[in-house]
Amino acid sequence: MPDSKCCCPPEKEKNQGYCHPPQPEATEDCCDKLATVPERTEKSSEIPGYTVNAYVYGWLDTPVGKVPQVSAQLSFPDLRGRWAMRWGIGREVYRVTPGLYAVGTPHAESPLLVSANYKLSFDCLRTSLKNVDAWILVIDTKGVNVWCAAGKGTFGTDEIVKRCRLAQIEKVIEHKVLILPQLGAPGIAAHQVKKETGFTVIYGPVRAADLPDFLAAGMQATPIMRRVTFTTMERLVLTPVEITVMRKTIFYSVIILFFLSGIGANLFSFAAAWDRYPAALVPGLTGLISGCVIAPVLLPWLPGRMFAVKGAVVGTFAATILAATLYRQASVLENIALFLFVGTIASYTAMNFTGSSTFTSPSGVQKEMRTAIPVQALSLLVTGFIWILSGF
Amino acid sequence: MELSKLKYLDSVATLKLEVDKCVGCTLCAAVCPHGVFQMHEGLAEIEDLNSCIECGACARNCPTDAIQVEAGVGCASAIIKGWLTGSDPSCDCDGGSSCC
Repeated sequence: MPDSKCCCPPEKEKNQGYCHPPQPEATEDCCDKLATVPERTEKSSEIPGYTVNAYVYGWLDTPVGKVPQVSAQLSFPDLRGRWAMRWGIGREVYRVTPGLYAVGTPHAESPLLVSANYKLSFDCLRTSLKNVDAWILVIDTKGVNVWCAAGKGTFGTDEIVKRCRLAQIEKVIEHKVLILPQLGAPGIAAHQVKKETGFTVIYGPVRAADLPDFLAAGMQATPIMRRVTFTTMERLVLTPVEITVMRKTIFYSVIILFFLSGIGANLFSFAAAWDRYPAALVPGLTGLISGCVIAPVLLPWLPGRMFAVKGAVVGTFAATILAATLYRQASVLENIALFLFVGTIASYTAMNFTGSSTFTSPSGVQKEMRTAIPVQALSLLVTGFIWILSGF
Repeated sequence: MELSKLKYLDSVATLKLEVDKCVGCTLCAAVCPHGVFQMHEGLAEIEDLNSCIECGACARNCPTDAIQVEAGVGCASAIIKGWLTGSDPSCDCDGGSSCC
């Protein structure tokens, strides 16, 4: 952060050239006092109105100017930002400025790795490169991760060609190899990149963590490095994303449930709505947690191939628990509504997890949806009907 | 390994390989995240079609267009949107480490 008491930088900083606009001229009397201020080398790139990213710790001289050196460690702002990201706070600003970066102290023969400008992708890459000297070329994927961006085509051939030219990488490195993340491959035609830039594309491992081994083995990936996984931990970290993606739907559903609860003999009564609301809200929430959290975590162990079936299984189990505890006094009709409601919400929300999964095909998801959505819709209609009927 | 248990629907993938166009560059086998391709006597072969997620990496990187696949977005919400608006499914989930 710029020190508000200082109107000019210490002497050492004045002649440091870099990509930002020049420093404003400092007034004399203030600068005299500052002559005794100790050097703060790590802040040597401060300019009013600009902040240096927390992950930049120095600048490397290259034939194309100063290149930021980024840390291979995560700092507190990185961790806080990652947490906020998963919960959908400030998603749209979580990106890195495209361009050339350095990890360690790379030279003209050091490997050049291409990354998306989604901050989590970039963080993941740089923290995997402890004790590695490499260049990172960040391309503009609009703040979207490599795999998604490759699917959309923003992590694409044209963008790579453009960024190679803008960064003038041929003046920085002497070799002719670009290392791309394997998951970027759906957006990249390696032979076209070669044709347009002269650089050969080599696909690195799926996980950045395997990069040091990949590089040490002479840019050879083992079969395991080439496979996408979907471990329990990988599924668990995505569950907040599922909920935040659905927050609008959840918000409207909560309002609609309130009004449905109030419908009765008097057409609509707020007293009845308050009275019956919890009995609608609790199963709804149970279904949501069953489908958004429990089904994804238990995915490999749940029966069925379709996610909608897996979700319905968890929902039915959760409804059984509710029926045996909170709703022991419920009538047969109310119990039917309970099971249908929890099961349907769990089924639908679990089905949405196909979007987060790493082993579902679009053709498969379409087939699943054509089968599951009519069943879910019918079940929801019946539930609503029973719920309104029981208000009379 | 846990992943071996995770299998999605069978016989739906639209992946096709014209072996006579294959020049044996091995790129399809390298880019596939699910090991669908195997090299057999110097040419590519579809080994495990049911593991294909239709990401399109193989087809995009094939220098001789020997591979065809209807690549696309696998998000349920994107597909619903596509159905409602009559357009191709596209996800707007900017962010999320593997949202689609």
